Amino acid sequence: MQNQQEVNRLKDIVQNLLDEAKQQGATAAEAGLSQENGLSVSVRLGDVETIEHHCSQGLGITVYFGQRKGSASTTDLSIESIKETVSAACSIARYTSEDEYAGLPEKALLATSFPDLDVNHPWAITADEAIALAIECEDAARHYDAEITNSEGASVNTHQGIHVLGNSLGFLHGSLSTRHSLSCSVLAQRGDSMQRDYWYTVARNANNLEAAVEVGQKAAQRTLRRLEGRSLSTRQCPVLYSAEIASGLLSSFIGAISGGNLYRKSSFLLDALDTQVFPGFVHIHEQPHLIGASGSSAYDSEGVATHTRDLVTDGILLSYVLGTYSARKLGLHSTGNAGGVRNLTIDPGVLDFDGLLKQMDTGLLVTELMGQGVNILTGDYSRGAAGFWVEKGQIQYPVEEITIAGNLKDMLRNIVAVANDVDYRGNVRTGSILVERMSIAGQ
Amino acid sequence: MKILNLAKQAILVPAGIQDVDIEKIMARLLTSSVDAADIYFQSSHSESWVMEGGIIKEGSHSIEQGAGVRAVSGEKTGFAYSDRIELPVLLEAANNVRAIGRQGQEAQIGLIHAANTVQYYPVGNPLKSLGEQQKMDLLRQVDTETRKLDHRIEEVIISLSGVHETILVANQDGSLAGDIRPLVRMNVSVIVVENGRREQGSMGGGGRSDYNYFVELNRGLDYGREAVRQALVNLEAQDAPAGNMTVVLGSGWPGILLHEAIGHGLEGDFNRKGTSAFSGRVGERVASDLCTVVDDGTIAGRRGSLSIDDEGTPTENTVLIENGILKGYMQDKLNARLMGVKSTGNGRRESYASLPMPRMTNTYMLAGKHNPEEIIKSVKKGLYAKNFAGGQVDITSGKFVFSASEAYLIEDGKITRPVKGATLIGNGPDVLTKVSMVGTDLELDSGVGSCGKEGQSVPVGVGQPTLKIDGITVGGTSV
Repeated sequence: MQNQQEVNRLKDIVQNLLDEAKQQGATAAEAGLSQENGLSVSVRLGDVETIEHHCSQGLGITVYFGQRKGSASTTDLSIESIKETVSAACSIARYTSEDEYAGLPEKALLATSFPDLDVNHPWAITADEAIALAIECEDAARHYDAEITNSEGASVNTHQGIHVLGNSLGFLHGSLSTRHSLSCSVLAQRGDSMQRDYWYTVARNANNLEAAVEVGQKAAQRTLRRLEGRSLSTRQCPVLYSAEIASGLLSSFIGAISGGNLYRKSSFLLDALDTQVFPGFVHIHEQPHLIGASGSSAYDSEGVATHTRDLVTDGILLSYVLGTYSARKLGLHSTGNAGGVRNLTIDPGVLDFDGLLKQMDTGLLVTELMGQGVNILTGDYSRGAAGFWVEKGQIQYPVEEITIAGNLKDMLRNIVAVANDVDYRGNVRTGSILVERMSIAGQ
Repeated sequence: MKILNLAKQAILVPAGIQDVDIEKIMARLLTSSVDAADIYFQSSHSESWVMEGGIIKEGSHSIEQGAGVRAVSGEKTGFAYSDRIELPVLLEAANNVRAIGRQGQEAQIGLIHAANTVQYYPVGNPLKSLGEQQKMDLLRQVDTETRKLDHRIEEVIISLSGVHETILVANQDGSLAGDIRPLVRMNVSVIVVENGRREQGSMGGGGRSDYNYFVELNRGLDYGREAVRQALVNLEAQDAPAGNMTVVLGSGWPGILLHEAIGHGLEGDFNRKGTSAFSGRVGERVASDLCTVVDDGTIAGRRGSLSIDDEGTPTENTVLIENGILKGYMQDKLNARLMGVKSTGNGRRESYASLPMPRMTNTYMLAGKHNPEEIIKSVKKGLYAKNFAGGQVDITSGKFVFSASEAYLIEDGKITRPVKGATLIGNGPDVLTKVSMVGTDLELDSGVGSCGKEGQSVPVGVGQPTLKIDGITVGGTSV
């Protein structure tokens, strides 16, 4: 109830912003306001390290004077500040150019129904309880094995946010959402080899978090298995992306079919609509209305309704990922993707992780990627990697200080299989992905 | 004193907060078991403009302000912040935070007094250094001149941004320090096309200065020229080699090597905790004797420079590695106290809403004795990497990457053909032991670096002379 009152109060502020913009002569406007509260605690070596109380807010407005646009934002929600922020945005619009593609979304595309997506579950946890939970998690990791010699600690985070969005077409909606997480990172040592790894769990509802002991144990296992990693000789071989990092491959694909990169012609997938981008068994969809999922929302960051839809069917690209501006630049309509995709899912295959290892037979299992060496314009891909060398479907030894390289266009087309070990934590949901062949550089 | 008064005028006066109010908040923070406490006030005005497709497409203005209060007891930290700079709100935040210490009598604190500071950059507001129309004219001029450079240019995107930030830090001893931090940045990126092949190039720069920086010496126009040059080189680039080889790194921005390979590993927090591959190695050889590396926050006008860090400590020129020997770490107050050393003025935070931690400022290697041409000439077969994009490091295993965006093959002592960008991967604690030649041509980067750590981004600088590394793994596709 209190929450709803607060949402209404913030909606009033957004309406005031829009009214003020009109008053100052804007022909159209869009405004957003966010308020977040939270608690983060971290422990290390069994004792408290930090307790952080979060409480932040901010509002932003974009005004249009015909086809000219200006934006401004502030962390101060007072009446005077609102006036100043609006006039700052209006003043900017005096200097920007006429842009025939600029403007609010088409009214018909705005969301009109707001289903409860079950993303708001405040966690009534005190700082002391959060500390106890983090210590339980870290203890499980530290006592897992004698080779776990040090810790970067464990932390518990809980956040609740209110986000209100409105525009001068009459759209005005506020939503509440929560996000809670528990993470742990420990170090292991054997001789000269020191390694660190981590595990985390994140959920809208704290009841869906993995158990603290499980998170700690996974962090320990992941750290221990990296000890005494070695490099590989330079070669070409199959590469298996483990589920928790395979989402990066799909994110690069999404980048290449996103409106901003397409209209700037800085994508390796220009004019790829209705062509074969993946092998025929690949199906990718967006599920923005999934109950309780991390990316769920009824509308995008412009208020355009989101839809469950297929992006790739039988390996063929069916749709781009567009907001209003990029859609107009391309002569298309917004796909409800201002701010990105929501709950992107690639259909899992029939094999589990071990099955996919066997299918690969001999090659590289990658569990960590480093650096930003992905060129979306050309598709050229070269990143630092760590993982495991696999022979006859069995992990042989940990591998580090190598790079994996290729071109994304080929990598996507040469996906051999997707496993069913889906990582549901993030906004991109995928199992492990096997790529037929990449270049490995090492010693 | 002047800076402090200006900072107080900007933040405390409008909020109606006086010295005695700061003393009240501090008194609330300090229980008997609190070792250190601070209050951090920040007010920041920023703007950015984007020109694309030949038009001024976007402009935005932003105001961010707030205060953070922190109490430290042993290794424990309590922290709260607010976007509202109001006495009751800050007293409430202090109440939340003091629970970190054991309950006890409120300690006496020193009366608020000014901390002396030197200033390494001007105090004027960069957002007002040019009129709005002049800013647009600058963008349009760079756009027009850049587009004229080559018929293969398809798109030019230019961004211009400025920040005027004021901070105040009150410490438990009563010292109050202020800083006014201008920061400007301009970037030009271009897309070129030839026979259906598209490539990009980009160049930018800036520093703790104002917009006239881009007008002076025609820097803005130079960024356009350099972006076009890089894009055209990329049109010719062939597949990069893969494997371990001799690599010559260019001067300036390739100093990102130092930031990733050793910089992060020498931050005090990781070393206090013993989680860095460099932990406990002060006094040991970690580089060839040709290498001397410093972190220097005191260079006038540089992007990574600070007059005082975010804990009020004056920045320093800190020697990290001297003739190959590890000399020391970069410290903030918390880690310095726990390790029994002094803060080196490296306590930085992204904003009032985040906790400070040891961060780099401008990290670079001093010049050596070799002529850069001589260095290239000494390589029979290898890679010359001239420009880089980002990098990353795992401070525990020591493995780091940095990605070349402009590179050439070296064959028989000559730079021959360009190759595509590739990621280089190495091991921090031993990569510098393989440095066999160091150039005379020390150069700092043009002022584009941002460093991320635990989700907090801060502006930094890097630099180095031309360097030869006898073996590092190059992640190309040409096996």
